[in-house]
Amino acid sequence: MSATDVVARPTGTPAGRPARSHQRGPGIAQKLLPLVPAVVLLLLFFAGPVIWSLYTAFTNEALSGVGAGATRFIGLGNFRRMFSDPAFLSSVVRTVVFVIGSAVIGQNCLGLLIAMLLRGRSRAVQSAVSLVVVGAWVMPEIVAAFCWYAYLNRTGSLNSWLGHIGFHQDWLYTAPMFGVILANVWRGTAFSMMVYSAALSDISPDVEEAASIDGASGWKRLWLVTLPMIRRSIMTNLMLITLQTLAVFTTIYVLTGGGPGTKSQTTPIYMYEQAFKFYNLGYGTAMALILLIVGALFSLVYLRFLNVDEK
Amino acid sequence: MKVAYQKFGAFTQMDQLMHSVKKQYEKAHPGWTVQLEPIQADENSYYTKLDLMSRSASTAPDVLYEDTFLVNADISAGYLAPIDNYLSKWKDWSQFTPTAKTAGKGQDGKTYGVPMGTDTRGLWYNKQLFQKAGLPTNWQPKNWNDVLTAARAIKQKVPGVVPFNIYSGKAAGEAATMQGFEMLLYGTQNQLWDPKSKKWIVSSPGMKDAMNFLNTVFSEKLGPNPQDALDPQWGTKVSTQLLPTSKLAIDLDGSWLTGTWKKSGTKPWPQYTKVMGATAMPTEHGQAPGKTSMSGGWLLSVGSKSAHKDQAFQLISLALNRQNTLTYDNLASQIAERKDVANDPKYKNSDPFTSFFTGLVKYTHFRPAYSTYPQVSDAIQQAMEAVMTGQASPGAAVSQFGSNVKSAVGPDKTTTSS
Repeated sequence: MSATDVVARPTGTPAGRPARSHQRGPGIAQKLLPLVPAVVLLLLFFAGPVIWSLYTAFTNEALSGVGAGATRFIGLGNFRRMFSDPAFLSSVVRTVVFVIGSAVIGQNCLGLLIAMLLRGRSRAVQSAVSLVVVGAWVMPEIVAAFCWYAYLNRTGSLNSWLGHIGFHQDWLYTAPMFGVILANVWRGTAFSMMVYSAALSDISPDVEEAASIDGASGWKRLWLVTLPMIRRSIMTNLMLITLQTLAVFTTIYVLTGGGPGTKSQTTPIYMYEQAFKFYNLGYGTAMALILLIVGALFSLVYLRFLNVDEK
Repeated sequence: MKVAYQKFGAFTQMDQLMHSVKKQYEKAHPGWTVQLEPIQADENSYYTKLDLMSRSASTAPDVLYEDTFLVNADISAGYLAPIDNYLSKWKDWSQFTPTAKTAGKGQDGKTYGVPMGTDTRGLWYNKQLFQKAGLPTNWQPKNWNDVLTAARAIKQKVPGVVPFNIYSGKAAGEAATMQGFEMLLYGTQNQLWDPKSKKWIVSSPGMKDAMNFLNTVFSEKLGPNPQDALDPQWGTKVSTQLLPTSKLAIDLDGSWLTGTWKKSGTKPWPQYTKVMGATAMPTEHGQAPGKTSMSGGWLLSVGSKSAHKDQAFQLISLALNRQNTLTYDNLASQIAERKDVANDPKYKNSDPFTSFFTGLVKYTHFRPAYSTYPQVSDAIQQAMEAVMTGQASPGAAVSQFGSNVKSAVGPDKTTTSS
C-alpha cells in the first residue's frame, strides 16, 4: 500500500497510468511514455544534487577558504568529526525529541482523535473542522511560522491575552523546544487527520457493532478492533510524517533560529549553519546522510512495532 | 559587467554610491552596461550569497564588495584576482595610506582589493540621559568599571531606558564579535591570535575577564533584554529607533552610526550632534595606552572568474577616485584612507565626530584575517550567547569556546595564554 492509496498528496509525483485513448492492448512503450516527463524532471533536478551531495559528504568542499579552491576527497573524515562533535550529537537528540513530540505524539494522536470525533457527525461540522485544520496545513511553512512567532513571542498576541488574566509566557525563550513542537503540531495535524479519516471510513460499522454486542467497551473497541484494522494507515502515516518532520527547517529557523544558545538547534538547523555560515559544505552534506539514516531507523521501529507484514 | 554589494537595513550608502558610479561609468564608456546586484541580506547571509555567486563562472560578479576579514578566505578559494598590475599603473594608489595598502594584501604578498575607507569603534552616549542620571556630559571612562558604574547609575535613575548596549550572540553576527567581544578582549593584556606560533588563543585571563564583563552586564540587567538583543534586526533597531528616541544611554558601536542620522541616511536625526557624545573604549584597568579600538573596512575586488577584468578595475578606480571616495566616506561616515580625502576640509568638517573617530586609529587593532576566522568568530558569538542567556558561566563558556575552536580549526592550531 502506498501513500497515494490512502490520500492524494498534491506534491506527489504522477503515478503511471495507461493512456486512456489506447485502452485495448497498448504496447509497453506506450505504457511508459507518460512516465517520461516525470522521470526526466526527477533526473534533471534531483539525481544531480543527490549524487553531488553524496560525493560532497566525503570531501572537504567549502564555500570559501582552502576547501573551495582545492577540494579533495577525505574519506570518512566528516563522519569521524561528527561523532566527536558534541554539538552535532546533541542536535540529533533534539531532532529525535522534535520528531517524537511533534509527529509521533502530536500530529499522529491529535489527527487520529479529530478523525474519530468527526465520524458520524453532520456534514456541516465535518467541513467546518476540516476547513480549519486543513487551512493550517496548506499555509506556506514560512507564513505559518511567522504567525506562530507573532503569537508566541514576548510581546505577541498570546501574551496580550494572557496579560488580562495575570499570566505571562516566554516559551520561545524559556521552552523553545516546546514552542516549535507546538507550532509544528498545529501545522501538520491535518495530514494525519485526512489519512485517518479515509482509513476509518473504510471500517464497516458492522464490525464495531459486532464488537459492542460481544460486550467490548469503548476503549477496548478502539484498542482491539479499530486500531488493528487501520494499522497499515498508521504505519504509512507515521513514516511519512516522520520523514517530513525530520527535515523541518523553516518553522524552527523563523521561530527561534535554533536558539537561545543552542537550545532548539536540531540537525537541519545545525547542518545549515555548518554549510552556509561556516562554509563547510562537505560537513553539512555528511550530516544530511546521517539524517537519512535516522529516518530509516524510525521506519524500522514502526515496521517492527506495528507488525504490518503479519497476516 | 556585474557588481555585487550589500544593501541591508540602515546601510544604503553603498547602493547610492554604486548608482552614481554606474551612471559615470556608462557615460565614460559607451557600449558598456553596469549591472548592479545589491544583495539584500544581513552580514552572515551576504557572505554566503556572495560566495555562492562566486562559485560558478556564470554567476560570479566582476566587482565584489569584500570585507577585509574574508579576503584571505576568498583568495584561498580562488574567487579573487590579484590587481597588482593595475595598481602599479594607477596614479591614485600613492594617495592610499600604508595601512590601507595592506588591507587587501593576501598571504602570497599580492594585493586583491582597494579599500573604500575604514572605521573605528567606541562608546556612544546620550548626553541628555547622562544629565538626568547626574553623570558628566563629557564622559571619559578610565576603565571597564567606570563603564559599568555609569550604566548602573542610568539603571537606577532613568528607568525605562536600556543603560548599555553591547552586541552579543549569534543573531548579531560579526557585530557581536567585533563591536562586542573584541572591543573588550583587545583592551586586556591578551589577544585572539598569537602571531609567533601562528595559532588561535582559545583561553586567556583576558578572555575570561571579557566574558565576566558580559556576564555582569546581562545578569545585572544593565544591557538590553537578551531576547531583544537576539533579534537579527537589533542592530538596525539600535541606530534607527533606540538612540534617536533616547531609549538607550550607552552604546558600544561603530564610527559609522552618524551615516544613518545624516540627511541622506535612513533615519535623519539632525539633533544627534547635540544629543550624542562619543568617547573611547577604555582598557580593562586603564593600563597603557588607556584606550582601545577595532578597525575593519571593506574593499572593492575584481572577481577571478570575470571575463572583463580590465573594465572591472576601471570601474573600481572610478568608484574610489578622490571625488567618489570623499562622497562615500562622508555619506557612510567612513574614516578616509586616502590622504587627499583625509586632508579635505569637506571631509574634516563633514561631521563633528569625524576627527574623534579618526583619532582612534592610533589605538586600533585589526582582526586576524585568516580563512578560519569566520569559524572562530562564530564560536565567540556562541560563547557570548551562552553567557548572556545564562546558559553557561563565563568560565564554562570559555572552555566551550576552546573545544569548539579546536574542533573547527584543528587542535594543532590553538594555544592558550596566561
